[in-house]
Amino acid sequence: MQAFDFVAPTSVDEAISALAAGGGRARPLSGGTDLIAQLQEGRLALDTVVDLKRIPELMAISISGDGLTLGASVACHSINANQAIRDAYPALIDSTHLIGGTQIQGRASLGGNLCNSSPAADSIPNLIAHNVTCHIAGPNGRRSVAVEDFCTAPGRNVLEIGEFLVSLEFPTPPANFGAAYLRFIPRNEMDIAVVGAGASVVLSDDKSTIQSARVALGAVAPTPLFVQEAGDALAGQPVSEETLAKAADLAKAAARPISDMRGTIPQRNHLSAVLTQRALRIAIDRARGTKTVDELGRLNGHG
Amino acid sequence: MAKKIAVETTLNGEETIFLCEPRQTLLEALRDNLGLIGSKEGCGNGNCGACNVILDGVLVNSCLVLAPEIEGRSVVTIEGIAENGELHPLQQKFLEHASLQCGICTPGFIVSAKALLDDNADPSEHDVRLWLAGNLCRCTGYDKIVRAVLDVAENDA
Repeated sequence: MQAFDFVAPTSVDEAISALAAGGGRARPLSGGTDLIAQLQEGRLALDTVVDLKRIPELMAISISGDGLTLGASVACHSINANQAIRDAYPALIDSTHLIGGTQIQGRASLGGNLCNSSPAADSIPNLIAHNVTCHIAGPNGRRSVAVEDFCTAPGRNVLEIGEFLVSLEFPTPPANFGAAYLRFIPRNEMDIAVVGAGASVVLSDDKSTIQSARVALGAVAPTPLFVQEAGDALAGQPVSEETLAKAADLAKAAARPISDMRGTIPQRNHLSAVLTQRALRIAIDRARGTKTVDELGRLNGHG
Repeated sequence: MAKKIAVETTLNGEETIFLCEPRQTLLEALRDNLGLIGSKEGCGNGNCGACNVILDGVLVNSCLVLAPEIEGRSVVTIEGIAENGELHPLQQKFLEHASLQCGICTPGFIVSAKALLDDNADPSEHDVRLWLAGNLCRCTGYDKIVRAVLDVAENDA
C-alpha cells in the first residue's frame, strides 16, 4: 500500500477536524473490509486514514422507547451477538449474518456497508425496509437523511468532503410489524447478491390487513432502490397471495438492472418479483409471530 | 514516507511494543516486523482467511486490519494457540485426520476453528461449515478439516 498517515480521534469533533485537514485525501475507517481492500488494490490513494472506532458515539448500541440508535462503526458481529437487537429487530440479522464470512462480520459495519454504497449492498434494502434515518456530522454541523436518499450512484452517496456517518436510527417497530431481507446467489455462502429484496409490513390488530409496507431492492439499479409504489399498493389491502403478487409485479416494473457476470436483465427482473413476494411473506409471518428468527435464518442458508 | 508509529498491544498474552508504518496491515506487521510468520497471506483482500487472527476475542482477517488499529487491543495468532509446548487439540486432530496437504491455509483454519469453539463448544456440522465458509483450502476438499473440528468438539464436550 502507498504511504498515508493514521489518526484515531476519540470524539466526533476531533474526527471532523482530522477529515477537514485532509480535504478530499482523508477518509474515515470503520471495519476496513472495503476501504483497506481498495487501498491494497490501489483503487484509492489517501494522505490520511481516520479510524472512527475510538469514538464512543460511533460504537454505541442504544435501544430505548425512541427506537434503536446504532453507531455507524458497530461491527456485524456485535449486532449478531446483541440479544436486544435480535429481539426487537430480528430481520436486521438477515443482513448482518450474510455479509461476508465470520471474519468479515467481525469487522464490517452497517455504516460502512452503507457508505461504500454498492448497488448490491446486503444491508441497504433492509435498512430502507426498516425506515432508517442516517445521522451525519461534518464541518457544517450535523444533518440527517432518509436512508433511501443516501446513495446517489454506484460507490457514491450524499456525504460531502469532510462529512461522515455517525449513526443509524431505527424507529421503534409498531405493533404487528415484521420485516425480512432475502438475496439470491448461485451458491450457499460468500457471494454478492444477484438480486436482494427487503420488505416490511405493519398489519392490522387482527393481522388480516396490511396497514402499511415498504419494499426495497438491491443490485437492480445504480443504487439500492426504494420501491415506494409497491408498499403503497399494499396499504389497506387484505393479506393474500394476490395482493403480494401485485406488489411483486410493481417491484419488477421498478427494477432497471444491467446484465453482468452475476446475472442477466431478464433473470434479475424475474428475481425482483420472486424475492419481493417471498420477503413480504416472511415479513407477514414475522408480524404474525408464526415464524422464529432461527427458522428464518435458514432461508438465506444460515442455520 | 509517513512517520512510524509505536504500537503497544497484547500479543499472544504478552505485552508487546512494535514500530510500524501507518500503511502496514496487521498481517505485514506480524510477519515482517515481529517475525510471526505463521499467519499467511493468501489473497490479501479478505477472501481466503489464511491470515485470520483473533482480535479482542473476535475473528478477523489480519490483512484487512491496519497495524496501528491494534493499539491497546489483544491479538491471538496461530503462534499463540499451542500452550506450554503442547499442541492444541485442534492442531493434534488436524494431524490425526490429515486435514492439510500444502499447509498454507492451515493456520487460518485452526485460528478460525479456535474462535468457533470459544464461541460454541458444541457446533453441528452445519455450524462448522458455515463458520469456516470464509476460509479457502484448495487441497483437502474441506471434509477432513470439518471432521477434525467436530472431533475436537466431541472430545471436549
